[in-house]
Amino acid sequence: MAALVLVRRDSYHDSVLLMRISQGLKALADVEDAVVAMGTPQNRELLGALGYGGPELSAARPNDLVIAVKGGAGAAAVVETELARLLAAEAPAAADTEARPTSLAAAVQAHPEANLVLISVPGEHAAREARRALGLGRHVMLFSDNVTLADEIALKQEARRRGLLLMGPDCGTAILDGRPLGFANAVRRGPIGIVGAAGTGIQEVTSLVHRLGCGVSQAIGTGGRDLSEEVGGLMTLFGIEALAADPGTQVLVVISKPPAAAVAHRVIAALGATPKPCVVHFVGSESRAADERHRIVYADSLADAAEAACRLSGAPDLPPAYPGPEPTHVAQLAARLPADVELRGLFCGGTTGQEALALLGRSRLAVRSNLHKHGPLRVEGTEAAARERPSPHLLLDLGDDVFTRGRPHPMIEPALRNERLEAEMSGAGARLLLFDCVLGYGAHPDPAGVLAAGLERARALAGARPVVAIASVTGTSDDPQDWHAQVRRLEAAGVTVEADNRAAASLAAAVLVRAAAAAASGRPR
Amino acid sequence: MDTEKVLALFGSDLAVVNVGLASFARDLRRAGGTAIEVDWRPPAGGDPALLEALEACLGPDGAVRADIAAATRQSLERLLAAKPVVTGIGTALEVVPGMRKNLVLHAGPPVEWARMSGPTRGAVMGGLVYEGLAKTPEEAARLAASGSVEFSPCHHHAAVGPMAGVVTASMPVWILENQAFGNRSYATLNEGLGKVLRYGAYDAEVIERLRWMERVLAPALSAALAAHGPLDVRSLIAQALQMGDEVHNRNRAATSLLIRTLAPHLVRATPAAEDLVAVLRFLDGNDHFFLNLSMAASKCSLDPTTGIPRSTLISAMARNGTDFGIQVAGLPGRWFTAPAPMVEGLYLPGFTAADAAPDIGDSVITETAGLGGMAMAAAPAIVQFVGGSAGQAVAFTRRMYGITLAEHPAYKIPVLDFRGTATGIDLLKVVESGVVPVVNTGIAHKEPGVGMVGAGLVKPPFACFRDALLAFAGTLAKPAGPPA
Repeated sequence: MAALVLVRRDSYHDSVLLMRISQGLKALADVEDAVVAMGTPQNRELLGALGYGGPELSAARPNDLVIAVKGGAGAAAVVETELARLLAAEAPAAADTEARPTSLAAAVQAHPEANLVLISVPGEHAAREARRALGLGRHVMLFSDNVTLADEIALKQEARRRGLLLMGPDCGTAILDGRPLGFANAVRRGPIGIVGAAGTGIQEVTSLVHRLGCGVSQAIGTGGRDLSEEVGGLMTLFGIEALAADPGTQVLVVISKPPAAAVAHRVIAALGATPKPCVVHFVGSESRAADERHRIVYADSLADAAEAACRLSGAPDLPPAYPGPEPTHVAQLAARLPADVELRGLFCGGTTGQEALALLGRSRLAVRSNLHKHGPLRVEGTEAAARERPSPHLLLDLGDDVFTRGRPHPMIEPALRNERLEAEMSGAGARLLLFDCVLGYGAHPDPAGVLAAGLERARALAGARPVVAIASVTGTSDDPQDWHAQVRRLEAAGVTVEADNRAAASLAAAVLVRAAAAAASGRPR
Repeated sequence: MDTEKVLALFGSDLAVVNVGLASFARDLRRAGGTAIEVDWRPPAGGDPALLEALEACLGPDGAVRADIAAATRQSLERLLAAKPVVTGIGTALEVVPGMRKNLVLHAGPPVEWARMSGPTRGAVMGGLVYEGLAKTPEEAARLAASGSVEFSPCHHHAAVGPMAGVVTASMPVWILENQAFGNRSYATLNEGLGKVLRYGAYDAEVIERLRWMERVLAPALSAALAAHGPLDVRSLIAQALQMGDEVHNRNRAATSLLIRTLAPHLVRATPAAEDLVAVLRFLDGNDHFFLNLSMAASKCSLDPTTGIPRSTLISAMARNGTDFGIQVAGLPGRWFTAPAPMVEGLYLPGFTAADAAPDIGDSVITETAGLGGMAMAAAPAIVQFVGGSAGQAVAFTRRMYGITLAEHPAYKIPVLDFRGTATGIDLLKVVESGVVPVVNTGIAHKEPGVGMVGAGLVKPPFACFRDALLAFAGTLAKPAGPPA
């Protein structure tokens, strides 16, 4: 077996495409490992750690395509042929490429009607492009992450000075004028306007609003750090003001991870100042309350926020308030599991994972997770073996940087989750599995199908050990993947599919509690 | 706070410029939205020092600094206002500034004999024989190596020369004047294709042709021009662009227009019928005859753009078969060079890429002035050289709008709905986008004495632009000089 590095000068491709292609190349016969990546210092370091080297690699520049292959004698040729085929399939017609503007300024010059710039270039270049876009007087959605806090603050201040939106950095989701930007679902237009600092949170709420028969006017993403002390909610506050003034918006919804206290205060004050009814949900917060004087409802889950918003917009035929998991259903599932059942929550969405973790916590269940910022339950997720202590239960956000370094995000390529699922089946004991399944533009074309295949292998590995799987599907029937079809696919694979992430996590929590209680009371099995 | 612009966004059709992941543009279109894709790559080639130099040229809002923008705009306005006309034909020794009997001008940036490419050496040898300074090419080579012959770039003498670009004292030259600014430029008369001096050939046939051009062709053209009066080259180029020329690698229409214009005057001015027939046959047989005029017109249009401090307009590009060099309007007199690249193209029967010399000639002055590759959409027939499609010719020019400052007000392209050609290459735009100008060119044999072997497309080395920007940014650190 030999490690071989080839470099193609001045051949730029975006990293997501290359990561996806790398996955495919590894599956080729005779190939043990294959990576195609741009020759950035980070990628060269990564390849070095994978055992690649040589003068070609050291001399590669960020605009050079690096092809690294390990395998049999024919591996390099096989990889090159397949790479050429895959790149050709992705490439637009030659004439089209030549005609495309090569800079943001040229694009805006050629298309003066352009009103928003969507930036998803590598983080070290992202702030520069965003600054340029603002300079050109265009609104910005900054999907890129790895933008410094100082750059974020400067960009948002510049945007505010110019009266422009700067959504991001690390803004995964937005819907403007009914058009999906980044990872977003196909939702009906309607009176509900959303400002969110949480990507899959926006996806969950907008999808549920759609499925409840209502619609979305605008969904503005702000990036996860917007409500930090340092950024001070610059874009959240601006978004609230814009939606308050927007004639198409009747109800405002703000979703975020728990903000800094002073910033939360400002957000509430801004919402209180609008005459429109508002819904606030800080993911993980338990309190459900209503502030009548300021027309603000504090929701206790993403689904609750969606329902409250629909109710405030005057939508007819809404379901009654969520009563919690159905007891006979809980009993049924719990009956299949022993007391020492271990939870494995494997999430592709950060916010859906965080919400699930919070809901499990409400049932006094201790769950190890990489979503805990600190404390005894904090795990990195990359530890060699699953530790039993201090809790047998584990929930992972697989979109975390430690998992996605050099790999596509699991919402784009959910195979990453299947690998982890397989690993989590090792050891003894039964498993209660909890998943999210996020549909929409930007996401994998068939996440349920991939999960179903992973589950089949997981059950085979489990053998006689009981396995119960619970999931919810975030999306709508208008999404490219079709929510109904994806739900059916999971159900066919033996998954209990709940209506939303709240219901799925609540059911999982209730089943765990019930299984433990049954064992304590000595119920025979 | 002012939400007016956000409400305007909500109220209008969303048109998104996508910089990064192509899948986002595809998804947006699938959902019925409008996406404009940028062919993005890391700016400045991902080179941190270069990126820093680029940032130094930009203001806090990311736009080009006002002083640089104003200086560059001034250069550009001079380029667009140029009005090149042919005023006559003279002898190099008498009209070209600084010309001397033992001086040989050559194309491209400065280069000494030891580093000269095969075709340049061949043309120098032929030129010395033609001047009578050597009896044989071998003797000429010894003379050239001895140090008693001086060499200088055409560009340093208000002149330009195609391929090897050799100009010697006795050669007849076109005299052009830029009527807007009063400056002049010079170029030899084009000898035709194949085995010719400018491609490095120097045998007796080549020398004999040069002598005939001096003895018969030049006087005939000179007399005809005198009768016609100043000839507006800008107008000829504008017409030729609408007839399928880009006036670098395709000059068939422009040459025909020139012949048509001068024909009656040639007839009157050439008493000997045999000479007249020979002159007309020569002109008719040389589809590239106009090239030297389009080059000299480009040169005299570009020269007034230089010497404006802080201007980032590219004022010259040129190659000598050894180096590719560029000049920047705000850094007058300085060359930024890198090894001349190989040309990608098609070869005449019997030749292959193994025979080719690296890129050579001053003819890339046409691209610098908004012609040639920058006007390729006007000349779809050109892509035959590279085996491409007509659509590619259009695409090449469209791409060039991304690195240029203007669309030429007189040079229009029918197939682009009469858009002006991509004119005024901006150093900052080239470095930021990593896109270099596209150049149509001929290919010379790498050995002296052979001649033309093919034609094709070539990309200037990015290193020239990189070094130029680093030098330019270096001048910004110093306090501003006195106003221009």
